[in-house]
Amino acid sequence: MNFDIWDVHTHLAGVPGTTPETRMAKLLEYADRMGIARLCVFMGMSWNYDPTPEFMRRSNDEVMQAVKRFPDRAFGFVYLTPKHTQASLDELNRCVRDGPMVGVKLWVAMHCNDPALDPLIARAAELKAVVTQHAWIKITGNLPGESTPMDMAELAARHPNATLICAHTGGDWERGIRAIRPHSNIYADINGGDPTAGFTEMAVRELGATRVLYGSDAGGRSFASQLAKVFGANIPDTAKQLILAENLKRLLRPILSEKGIKL
Amino acid sequence: MKPEPSIASLDRRDFLKVAAAAAGVASLGSANTAQAADTAPSGLIDTNVYLSRWPLRRLPLDETGALVAKLRANGVTQAWAGSFDGLLHRDIATVNARLADECRRYGDGLLVPFGSVNPKLPDWEDDLRRCAEEHRMPGIRLHPNYYGCKLDDPDFAKLLRLATKRGLLVQLVLIMEDRRMMHPLLQVEPPDLKPLADVVKKTPGLRLMLLNAMNVLRGQPLLNLLQAGEVCVEIAMLEGVGGVAGLLEKVPLNRVMFGSHAPLFYFESALLKLKESPLNEDQLRAIRCDNARRLLAKKS
Repeated sequence: MNFDIWDVHTHLAGVPGTTPETRMAKLLEYADRMGIARLCVFMGMSWNYDPTPEFMRRSNDEVMQAVKRFPDRAFGFVYLTPKHTQASLDELNRCVRDGPMVGVKLWVAMHCNDPALDPLIARAAELKAVVTQHAWIKITGNLPGESTPMDMAELAARHPNATLICAHTGGDWERGIRAIRPHSNIYADINGGDPTAGFTEMAVRELGATRVLYGSDAGGRSFASQLAKVFGANIPDTAKQLILAENLKRLLRPILSEKGIKL
Repeated sequence: MKPEPSIASLDRRDFLKVAAAAAGVASLGSANTAQAADTAPSGLIDTNVYLSRWPLRRLPLDETGALVAKLRANGVTQAWAGSFDGLLHRDIATVNARLADECRRYGDGLLVPFGSVNPKLPDWEDDLRRCAEEHRMPGIRLHPNYYGCKLDDPDFAKLLRLATKRGLLVQLVLIMEDRRMMHPLLQVEPPDLKPLADVVKKTPGLRLMLLNAMNVLRGQPLLNLLQAGEVCVEIAMLEGVGGVAGLLEKVPLNRVMFGSHAPLFYFESALLKLKESPLNEDQLRAIRCDNARRLLAKKS
């Protein structure tokens, strides 16, 4: 079976190149070798746990620069921080409502169950933008503002109309899957952890294949190790195709349609 | 279920097609697959597989027969197998006896047993003797952090010396899983690697292979260790886009081997890494089989 592959989680960091465009080109070279058609990319050339509005805007400009060169291959998500609500709302409007971006990325500035996120999530839902939230459960200790899947469950309960993507499925996927299971508007992005066997099988069993998304976390991770979570899983090909591309297409279709992009 | 064709019966192009299809690689673009089929050599030695049960969950391929079928379907011609039981069990003699028996019973020669020796157990020297003399193992696989044994422990150095004297290849496993996601009651820190280069230098003839090293050993410390003696690595925990090609920019080709860490990891991860990086035929052959074959053939 020939699979269509869309990657919901990539970065410009960790990729060779001195400009956003050259890094995007390099990332696509590797994606081409793996047969990956489309990449969602977010955060810029460098990262900051607690970005200022200026840093946030620069990051998003870099991503838009990269995506502009490859409009048929890459989608941008806008990097926001709930620490700066109005600046983030302005950035959401600039990059999504008025710009080419189709999703939101939230990282580790603040736990995502904090009410400070509410205006951002509500606005993202109005714009039909999907929201990717970094989430880990680390036995070695989370960063001060680092969310868990349990935090995401609280957020999802407050925003049933938002489409939320639990990045890394919490790292500790056996707990992460359980935490997000009751909330049908949270999708499990399986990227970023080791290719531990059984991960995808459990996600499909507990959430259903329609709630599982392939992502890589490249350039820090390889496309290979993360694709293996799907290709190596003991699940039907129909489930693999949902995970590799069809689920993401379904989630992005409303906003792409508003932007006049046909799939 | 339709049986897989024997690898030996396939020409190089057909072999790659079987391996690629089984891994899902065939779906990754016909042009690239055809290119790989033209250039990739036959033969694949997986230097990093395990038998028996991972202590914390059942794995999809933790029955030996199922693992062997997966390896064969992906073109593996030899797999160096340790035992998960070697991490925590104290009756190591039975762990190694079961491992040797399992390798004999399954795989028709595919599986090569690498026994466990815990130098913190009384009379561990006899476990080493049995690995070499009774089970005719070509090597041992050590998990010092699970034994509570530091790498500057005199018993560890003695174990390396005795293993080398017996002509055994030593596999040293640095970690088994990402420490961030370990079970709260089974948090096993990676070993402190600082003493290792010195131990290697003081053990002439040692053939040392580091398993699951790429997550915890990078840059100059890795190069220092490789320069200390005959030290090799495998790719199971290598990450980053184009990771294998990136590794080869820093590490000599003859020190890099194929390893999957199956069944704890999806086997396809390691195989697809060879596709992700642009590698020439010589590089592919060296990593897939020649380096491992040469290392195993050497005797101290």
